[in-house]
Amino acid sequence: MTHPIPWNGGGLLEEVQQRSGAQVGACFQCHKCSTGCPIGPDMDFLPSQIMRLVHLGAENEVLASRSIWLCASCEACTTRCPMAIDIAGVMDALRIMAIDRLTVLPDAHGKQFHRIFLGSVRRHGRVYEMGMMAAYKLRTHDLFSDVDKIPQMLAHGKLSLLPNRSGSVRQVREIFRRAEEEDRKP
Amino acid sequence: MKYAFFPGCSLESTARAFDVSTRAVCRALGIALEEIPDWTCCGSTPAHASSDSLAVALPVLNLQKAQAAGLPVMVACASCYARLRTANHRVCNEPEDRRRTERITGLPYDGGVEVRHVLDVLVNHLGLDGIRAKVRRPLAGLRVACYYGCLLTRPPEIVAFDDAEHPTCMDELVAAAGAEPVEWPFKTECCGASLSMTHSGVVSRLAHKLLSMAHMAGADCLVVACPLCQVNLDLRQADAAKAHGAFRPIPVLYITQLLGIALGLPSENLGFDALTVGADVLFAEGDADAVGFAGGKS
Repeated sequence: MTHPIPWNGGGLLEEVQQRSGAQVGACFQCHKCSTGCPIGPDMDFLPSQIMRLVHLGAENEVLASRSIWLCASCEACTTRCPMAIDIAGVMDALRIMAIDRLTVLPDAHGKQFHRIFLGSVRRHGRVYEMGMMAAYKLRTHDLFSDVDKIPQMLAHGKLSLLPNRSGSVRQVREIFRRAEEEDRKP
Repeated sequence: MKYAFFPGCSLESTARAFDVSTRAVCRALGIALEEIPDWTCCGSTPAHASSDSLAVALPVLNLQKAQAAGLPVMVACASCYARLRTANHRVCNEPEDRRRTERITGLPYDGGVEVRHVLDVLVNHLGLDGIRAKVRRPLAGLRVACYYGCLLTRPPEIVAFDDAEHPTCMDELVAAAGAEPVEWPFKTECCGASLSMTHSGVVSRLAHKLLSMAHMAGADCLVVACPLCQVNLDLRQADAAKAHGAFRPIPVLYITQLLGIALGLPSENLGFDALTVGADVLFAEGDADAVGFAGGKS
């Protein structure tokens, strides 16, 4: 951070706490989450900095950060936080807020992956990995990374050319529909 | 001893070896598995990062099926395990989450179905003595780095069958199989999980760090109990070497594959053909000197 970020009211903190159920306000910047974060070196803001930006109400900085999509949900921060803040849960809440508010993302790979993964679950009841990987690569215009691994994965029986559909696929589609209804409730 | 088995999507594809070896080892140890009929995806990270209600409802749909069968659930995938346990935790502790989940699934659920990981079942339900008694081919001389990754032990309020920072259950299983678990500091460091799809460079960096440390600790192989850990550490070794410096390839096996060999099961039945870095050399009869493994002959 090179420029100072002014306090912008407590609205963001309140909303993040309400959505995540985590007491983000209790963070006293000990940085234990950041020192143990495996992805820290790749992040634009460390987890403790995300907590501080939430305190400050810096909505744009937080929701348009790369960090919230780079978080691998490994739960090391949540496990170690001396104030028992579910930091990984906060990252989930921030991702959901970024999508809800149509935030322009610096890198949409995470969003696209989640969308395509869940689309596969909705269609088949289970993830069809081969179809999901192809759809993700088409969507992100990334056709050539990891293609070297596909023949070997097919030979090892790790990818199948046809989906294995769950017999409960109708039930799963109904669950997606009702969950969307619940999420739309105020 | 009988469990409803939740394989999860990875066990049908990238983690086929975990599926066949888990079933083979359970059969050999007298643990009966009944697959949850028409099980469906747990939602994994994409669900919990997209919709709170979906992230609880998808696992609960499976737990309701297990409840109908009247059986506790055994899970192999660490990520599915964490999602099923988290869903139970939420339904038990958050009345609004329970009401919402019941509205979505259309069926009652009180969070009461027990969910255990295969490691927990082997070590804490069956017990190490029961396993030692059935070892036919002790793996003496084989040095093994046990890699637990993230979700088998974190967060401890939700998973809690081993210590979050210094788990030992896999080390105990490896020792019961006659092999030697090595001390190393990265047991619970993350491999990058599903960033493998979106930011593979991050995963290569983490894989390089983990595999180099396993080498330094003198391990002949790593054992894991999670499909994402296995794929990230096994399939990305060439990428990791290219980006961060060469190292000797090291096999990354599922703990159930290693245990299967010790129980005297044939490697053809344990999914060894699905490994990118082959592990046959570790267990080759009469080829013990290659890795200092002296227990090859039964």
